[in-house]
Amino acid sequence: MPVQTTFDFDAMLSSAKEAYGEVLLELADEGREFVFTYTDNVAPSTTAGALVKKYPERCFNFGIAEANQVGASCGLALSTGLPVFSQVFGPFLSLRSADQIHTDIAYNHVNVRLIGTHSGVTAGGGPTHNTIADLALYRAIPDLTICVPADADQCKKFIRASMDYQGPMIIRIDRGGSPNVYADPDYSFEIGKAIEVADGKDVTIISCGSFLYWSLMAVKLLKEKGVSARLVDMHTVKPLDLAAIDKSAKVTGAIVTVEEASINGGLGSAVAERLAETSYGGKFKRIALPDEFLVLGHLEEVYEYYGISPEGIAKQTAELLGK
Amino acid sequence: MYQYNVDIELVEELEAKAVKIRKDLLNFIYRIGMGHLGGELSIVEIAVALYYKYMNYDPKNPKWEERDRLVLSKGHCSETFYTVYQDLGMYTMDYMVEHFESLDTYKFGMHSNRLKVPAIEVSAGSLGHGLPIAVGMALGARMQKKNWRTFVLTGDGELNEGTNWEAFMAGGHHQLGNLVALIDKNGLQMTGHTRDTLTIDPLDKKLKAFNWDVVSIDGNDMYAVCEALQNLPPADPVSRRKPVAIILNTVKGKGVDFMEDVATWHGGGIAKEQLEEALVSVEKNRRVR
Repeated sequence: MPVQTTFDFDAMLSSAKEAYGEVLLELADEGREFVFTYTDNVAPSTTAGALVKKYPERCFNFGIAEANQVGASCGLALSTGLPVFSQVFGPFLSLRSADQIHTDIAYNHVNVRLIGTHSGVTAGGGPTHNTIADLALYRAIPDLTICVPADADQCKKFIRASMDYQGPMIIRIDRGGSPNVYADPDYSFEIGKAIEVADGKDVTIISCGSFLYWSLMAVKLLKEKGVSARLVDMHTVKPLDLAAIDKSAKVTGAIVTVEEASINGGLGSAVAERLAETSYGGKFKRIALPDEFLVLGHLEEVYEYYGISPEGIAKQTAELLGK
Repeated sequence: MYQYNVDIELVEELEAKAVKIRKDLLNFIYRIGMGHLGGELSIVEIAVALYYKYMNYDPKNPKWEERDRLVLSKGHCSETFYTVYQDLGMYTMDYMVEHFESLDTYKFGMHSNRLKVPAIEVSAGSLGHGLPIAVGMALGARMQKKNWRTFVLTGDGELNEGTNWEAFMAGGHHQLGNLVALIDKNGLQMTGHTRDTLTIDPLDKKLKAFNWDVVSIDGNDMYAVCEALQNLPPADPVSRRKPVAIILNTVKGKGVDFMEDVATWHGGGIAKEQLEEALVSVEKNRRVR
């Protein structure tokens, strides 16, 4: 059953980046044990900063040394037997610590939850600070669960669920300030199980992360154009909910993927692989960031430039349908 | 008369064990056809001293919670460790040969996997990973107020990797007195001398500048190895003190005359005639005190 969503951009402005700190603080207050490691960018004024202040004995600042931080997080998980949450600035987590994610975290199969912030282009600052190669990279690492929460509430759900989850995880969140997609946070949630956000018959949009909200806006715009769009929240990019893709292929004759990542190797590629291998004969389009070093500008302008604003998503989807 | 600080009978016992481990290792490498004999022979003394005396360790229960941790960062030298494990009774040599890189039944590999061999603390192979992980382990022990110690064994060529220096910085910063870095300074890396490849010296001064206490010894002299390990400060979880680095000045290929200090013995197998010559050499080089 589709879940209740909010269409009011300003009504439920939230931040997954704040949410992870908030929920970790809640968990600590509830007496749950875990370790928190972080890069030297957790401001004391944030919720994660409050966690560090209240529970200093379990929090470790690793400075600007991401590879060491990820490696040490493996050591902490091995020696304490506790889940380790490790916050790293997204582009440096994925690119600088790739070897450690692969070898220390995944190959050693430890319960480290790497929280990569500033996904996509949300950090601003140009290609050095873009986190867009990460999904392709993470997908090729065995044993790694890739979580891309759509909003703050979902981020909290992932973190709570991760307390009892075995194996390494990446939790990919944006800079913050994204609206909550789900009006009622009390929906059924399971790692690895996609959520049908909106019903429709002409096309299915499969998205993840903060772009789920843009996709939801696009669904609304498409409706005005007379296009009935389904929306699926593929919050877990790996393991991928293949049944949800198969169902989408069956229910609508067109599928569009939307993500704030490189067009190469991310969610769109994962969906395409499934569709090709199941001989899907319908229409298909990947909407993502192009294979180039991206332009610099105000965030909304960048989205618009690459046609991934709500209007851009609606336009590209309508074009695919010939409308 | 010289006053020995270490029980000399113990040293002699461990020296005899090191000879046996070298011979077993050579036989093992001959049977599996691959290894990294140069670096595997240079770490025999430290491996023997730790597993047979200076680590709190129970071979019957390799996951005993209170054990000291030994992270093998130079993961390509795992066969020395496997050889010790079979001598400790964890496996037979035949079993290790049968399960060496044997596809879906494999347990032992050129690079060790902790999920296959419980005595292995951390899966390794890629260099520069052990020290950061060991820093995390030592922090975890302190956080949980545990008295066990973390040892990490690295190579010297391995210290080319920058992650080690991030970890040295972190170890010094956190004053991890429960952390001991063992640096197998055999002076050779894959294609030649470390001094010709990427200068590492003055290693002791560098480590001191990173806020570590440094001891530099002959890493193939069992007496010196025992003395250095015996003199380690207690690993209590409360005190803040500098972590300790023991620079083990060793010889790559130690104990086998034709392998000693020869870079080409970094990796590969060993032929039957070479094995026989090597075993004779190990016996000839047995130390008589």
